[in-house]
Amino acid sequence: MKRAALIWRKSLNVIMLTLTGVSALVVVSVLFLILGYLLWNGGKSLNWAFFTELPKPVGEAGGGMANAIVGSLKLLGLAAAIGLPIGLLAGVYLAEFGGKTFSFIVRYTTDILNGVPSIVIGIFAAAVAVLPFKHFSTAAGGFALGIMVIPITVRGTEEFLRAVPVSLREGAMALGASRWRTIATVVLPAARGGIITGMLLALARVAGETAPLLFTAFNNRYWSPGWGQPTASLTVVIYTYATSAYDDWHRQAWAAGLVLLGLVLVANVGTRLAVSRGGAARGV
Amino acid sequence: MERHWEHDLEELKQRLLWMGSLAERAVHQAVHAVLDAEEPLAEAVLNEEDAINEIQIEIDERVQRLLALQAPMAADLRFLLAVSRINGDLERIGDQAVNIAQSAMRVMRHPQVKPYVDLPRMSELAEGMVRDSLNALVRGDQDLAQSVMQRDDQVDRLRDQLFRELLTYMMENSAVVFAAFELILVAKNLERIGDHATNIAEDVIYFVAGRDVRHPALDRR
Amino acid sequence: MSEMASPSPGKEQVAAKLTPKVRTEGGVPNTSGKETPVRFNISGLNVFYGTKQAVFDLHLKIPVNKVTALIGPSGCGKSTFLRTLNRMNETIRNARFEGAILLDDQDITKMDVVGLRRRVGMVFQRPNPFPKSIYENVAYGLRINGYKGRLSELVEQSLRRAALWDEVKDYLHKSALALSGGQQQRLCIARALAVDPEVLLLDEPCSALDPVTTAKIEELMFQLRDSCTMAIVTHNMQQAARASDYTAFMLDGKLIEHNETSRLFTTPSDPRTEAYITGRFG
Repeated sequence: MKRAALIWRKSLNVIMLTLTGVSALVVVSVLFLILGYLLWNGGKSLNWAFFTELPKPVGEAGGGMANAIVGSLKLLGLAAAIGLPIGLLAGVYLAEFGGKTFSFIVRYTTDILNGVPSIVIGIFAAAVAVLPFKHFSTAAGGFALGIMVIPITVRGTEEFLRAVPVSLREGAMALGASRWRTIATVVLPAARGGIITGMLLALARVAGETAPLLFTAFNNRYWSPGWGQPTASLTVVIYTYATSAYDDWHRQAWAAGLVLLGLVLVANVGTRLAVSRGGAARGV
Repeated sequence: MERHWEHDLEELKQRLLWMGSLAERAVHQAVHAVLDAEEPLAEAVLNEEDAINEIQIEIDERVQRLLALQAPMAADLRFLLAVSRINGDLERIGDQAVNIAQSAMRVMRHPQVKPYVDLPRMSELAEGMVRDSLNALVRGDQDLAQSVMQRDDQVDRLRDQLFRELLTYMMENSAVVFAAFELILVAKNLERIGDHATNIAEDVIYFVAGRDVRHPALDRR
Repeated sequence: MSEMASPSPGKEQVAAKLTPKVRTEGGVPNTSGKETPVRFNISGLNVFYGTKQAVFDLHLKIPVNKVTALIGPSGCGKSTFLRTLNRMNETIRNARFEGAILLDDQDITKMDVVGLRRRVGMVFQRPNPFPKSIYENVAYGLRINGYKGRLSELVEQSLRRAALWDEVKDYLHKSALALSGGQQQRLCIARALAVDPEVLLLDEPCSALDPVTTAKIEELMFQLRDSCTMAIVTHNMQQAARASDYTAFMLDGKLIEHNETSRLFTTPSDPRTEAYITGRFG
């Protein structure tokens, strides 16, 4: 009886270890599969023209996505300008001040906002920023993305601020620093690494959104000067090209996908490197 | 790393040594009061008694304070325990000197019983033992302390010799009984002084080497 | 005569010790017969956390340029009391106190709290250096109090006072977190000393440190006492005995006994004090 139990336990151990290992492998391979696919299909279409030229008229080969790349960057920039400061300050409020009930409400609504489907946010932004002006605009797109940046930033900021030990705050206050001074000169710098990572990840996530842009920034086959005109963006262009009938456009869509993924990867890896090198170990 | 209360230990040692010098002087003066029939010497000893007693109290307070506040270990602890015991022995040496001085005052009123031979020898030995035991403390010298302990037997023998001699005198001539009796007391006091000096030497060895050499006859496994 | 015989001054001490007079009116309990000037005068102090009372009717005088130790079992209110002295208790919600706390005859509740905390510094139980360089840590208090110029001089001075200068003078721009626990605590002391406080409050500063480091910090306190009044909370009675001039024993939020350390540890007047210091408590 004992021997059978022993064998059973040992085999269970091996089975579970294998299962967990295989699952981990699956996770890794999915990413590599996507990357591989994109590289294979999109790599061929990546050339200098891709990054610098406007799309050619339908039917003509060649052309690029310069306007979509610039457009995405503009939208991201606006989203950052709107969402990050609000997210940061709200996070500071939740972590440092705030009474029990109000904080609870803020946190709860933040979480709900985070869960709202991006297309719904798009509709909302359209209602607020497009309809009254009767045309699509970059600003509206940035606004929609900005709303999405807020909840992620709030929670990230709050988590990392809470992770700063109380003793650090006490140390500063015992030296005569006011509440705000303590937060600005000690707590925020101490949580700097985590907060910046959170912000960059929020931006990276938002950079890949398509739905909210569909009714706000819409699309544009040309350059979009200023903020009041509709603009092309990588995600929307991928959607448009991939669903079209033209092979050339299909290839360009793959390339765009590759560029987009590349940007996201660079952002992720870059922040990790920057944080680990410039982080707490070295002092702020 | 030097601790600030090490200075207190040093001060304590100095106070103890000062007390020792007072005790030494008291013995010397008291014995010479007897040998030379000098009344001022005897009076000086009686006047100095308070000073010695005062220092005893002061030293005990210092020791108590250091034990309570610093919780000393190892050599520091042994030092304080040794100081505490030496303190007591020095005070009693002072008492013995006072007794000798009192005997001196009484002996002076009578003619000298016999030429003093053994008494000076005994007092030299006893004074030497006191002096050397304190020097052993200053220098941490175990060998010197050991030599003090060995002289105790000599002092005891001299006392016994003196007793026999004086008894004989008293039996032969009842007129000298008062004086001879005082001299016997003086001899007894000197022998006690020798014992106390021996105790001091034993305490020095305890402090320096951590060995308790007080009762070697006892079997200590 | 034997070798030593130098009569060191002892007569006055002898006289004083033979006639112990304990004075408490006006000044602080002492046996020297002299009035000791007072830095903090606390009377009728009651400290509350919401409805729970932590300190009851405390009267205490903390003398100038001496070390006063606060001892007592856990939860007796000694840390709570210490924190009211620089109004750090205000960082906790629902904490309030009643009663008078006077710093050099000024009511601390009527003072600007920043000004108060510059005059009354604090060192905490666990070293809490900021994740900045050693230099920036020490300079922090100076910067926020608006000191301009001479920063490097003052930083060096503070590090010297905290007996840390020699160990870190070549690494001032290294992160403070790279220092050992004992060095970090001395850094926190230097940081507190940088603004030249009149009083330094120490809340169990050595409880997270090893004996050698603890000894270093006690020697440091001994050097500092000429220029700084100190109040130290400690649950280590031997430390209170070694390092303080006055000791106050607290129990269940009340002050039981306050006297010169040498008196309190040799002949305490209250049986509860005796029970605590002999370890027969509880």
